[in-house]
Amino acid sequence: MQATGTLARPTRVRIPWVGVTVGVVIIGLILIAYVWDARITTAVLTATLRQSTPIILGALAGIMCERSGIINIGIEGMMLIAAFMGFMFNVWTGNLFLAVTGAILIGGFVGLLHAAMSISLKVDQIISGTVINIMAVGFTGYFYQQGLTTEGKLTSIRIPLLADIPIIGPVFFDNPPITYAALGLVIGVHVLLYHTRWGLRTRAIGEHPGAADTVGIRVNPMRYANVIIGGMLAGLAGGFLTLEAVGTFERGMTNGRGFVSLAVMIFGKWTPFGAWGGALLFGFANGLQTQIQFLQNQLPDWLAWVGQIPTQFIGMLPYVLTIVVLAGFVGRARPPAAIGKTYEKE
Amino acid sequence: MAQAQAQVPSPGSRPLNTLFSLARSMLIPVMAVVFALLIGAIIIVLSGANPLSAYSALFNGSFGDARALNRTIERATPLIFGGLAVSFAFKAGLLNIGAQGQLIFGAILAGYIGFALTGLPAIVHIPLALLIGGLMGALWGSIPGVLKAYTGAHEVITTIMLNYVAFNITDYLSNGPWKDDTPGNVVARTPAIAESAALPSLGPVPLGFVLALVAVLIVWWLIWRMTFGFELRTVGQNPNAAHYAGMSVRMVTVLALVISGALAGLGGAVETLGVNGRFQPGFNVGLGFTAITVALLARTSPFGVIPAALLIGAMQAGTSRMQFDSGVAPEIIELVQALILFFVAADVVIRWILRIRASEGDKVTLSSGWGS
Repeated sequence: MQATGTLARPTRVRIPWVGVTVGVVIIGLILIAYVWDARITTAVLTATLRQSTPIILGALAGIMCERSGIINIGIEGMMLIAAFMGFMFNVWTGNLFLAVTGAILIGGFVGLLHAAMSISLKVDQIISGTVINIMAVGFTGYFYQQGLTTEGKLTSIRIPLLADIPIIGPVFFDNPPITYAALGLVIGVHVLLYHTRWGLRTRAIGEHPGAADTVGIRVNPMRYANVIIGGMLAGLAGGFLTLEAVGTFERGMTNGRGFVSLAVMIFGKWTPFGAWGGALLFGFANGLQTQIQFLQNQLPDWLAWVGQIPTQFIGMLPYVLTIVVLAGFVGRARPPAAIGKTYEKE
Repeated sequence: MAQAQAQVPSPGSRPLNTLFSLARSMLIPVMAVVFALLIGAIIIVLSGANPLSAYSALFNGSFGDARALNRTIERATPLIFGGLAVSFAFKAGLLNIGAQGQLIFGAILAGYIGFALTGLPAIVHIPLALLIGGLMGALWGSIPGVLKAYTGAHEVITTIMLNYVAFNITDYLSNGPWKDDTPGNVVARTPAIAESAALPSLGPVPLGFVLALVAVLIVWWLIWRMTFGFELRTVGQNPNAAHYAGMSVRMVTVLALVISGALAGLGGAVETLGVNGRFQPGFNVGLGFTAITVALLARTSPFGVIPAALLIGAMQAGTSRMQFDSGVAPEIIELVQALILFFVAADVVIRWILRIRASEGDKVTLSSGWGS
């Protein structure tokens, strides 16, 4: 059913029929919805893309770490600390560009901490990630003071002409910068992993570090670098939350997004584009949820029952979806072979 | 406290050796606490307060007088249950971050039995409420257990997600069908439990604490004296070996999380029946995560959970006094807990500073990878 061949066969291009069918069905549904109500459809689609941004960034962070053989359960904590520090940089400097840069650097620093714990100190990688998550809650909880204000948040940049295309225009070409960046990074990480020497080495140390070592790849420094890059991506996801989406910090504002990212990463079989598909699915669940809450009183008669569902049940939709996706896909997806094990030279 | 520690078992060795290895095994956790408090002190200085007065206020607020001591025991009780829950799953190589969700389900169900049934004698009402709370925790724990055993979905992610689902469902229940409808109440909470469901005190000691100590004994017995405990530890250390030895890894995985969930659920039930008197969302938030710190600080030993929970419970009990006396925000405690966790996990750091060599069996083994 699904294309499972991992080795490329140069002679014949396999057409992913399942993917094509799903794509056609989705586009068809979007068109039907658009004809029915253009405004709501555009709103849901825009919300889908924006809500998927922190999740795809988190998933890319996970991919960078895990492809090199390090499990990163601490993405949630990395996001939270970076969200907080990005917000604080914004409070201190009032410069959004510096604040985003700060969030990325802080994410990288927490990545370094995870790398140091799991690679050099040989702490169990899952425990190390848990330590980061709990630390993040303690750190942000202690240093956060209520009532701090900022000069605002990142706003949409409309790309002329392209933004005038129906449906696609307002959804893809009228976004704030980090949302654009996330789209670019999906492509960027894909190219990095599959079309550069760095990517080949990263995948090698994630699959068989011993073999990679014999051909002269320095396993642990490479792992350090990848985990730090992963931390920076998670930092950007955190920056998105405070500097682009909300504009202020709230305690525990990541709300499990880091863990959703990991599920999405597994759903996408540790590939950037696969993860992006998963992130869009979650963005859609989230976008629908917020739009339903907005539109509760304007729903047409045959959808009125949706407005009657208690908000808590709509609110837990993304989490239930994560569990279903994880349970449905993890068995079939094959993680990098050397994941979770520290590498020691013999 | 000291008596409880002296009972820490080390099967098949002489008392003197036991005492010696006990002292050794306590060295790392104790030093982790010391280092964490030191770094905490530095942070307090940096934020412009006096760490000595902060810590002494913290101590007074948790052990200073009878009421403070009572508060400490009150806080430690659900942490003992939670710490046991996490430790138990740890023995099977599973990290149960979902103790939180299992705990609040136990708490709300015990609260429901507490207020919905009236006219029962306490001798029936209390055990019934505890039983239902524990069962609900077990049920909620069985979901990640089954998912892990049959699909390979990693328990860390599924339990976290189930925590959020549990928050939403309990929020709905305490704000909807089970909401306290006494006139003037606007908060989301369940009605107060009937008097017959409230956990009494045995003299100065709350019954809940006694139950927690009993749970420690039972869990210790289960892990070290029962065949199931042997299977549990084998699966935790080497699932392949367990499989070849003819054990059902799936069964052990499911049961480990079911029992873990039951312990967490009981913790929530005891909290509702003994301390809060009703369920209110947000009352027991964070307990599940603190339970992980307790379990790791105890090095996943059931008896070690008692001093670890008392320590963390004392910290929590003393925060308001500390804030009142020295102006240090209570969240410093979360930071110190995170640091304790760091030092316990990265014990290499402590060993390096103190120049201690590692001994076998010190490491916590977890299932590595995504389990697929």
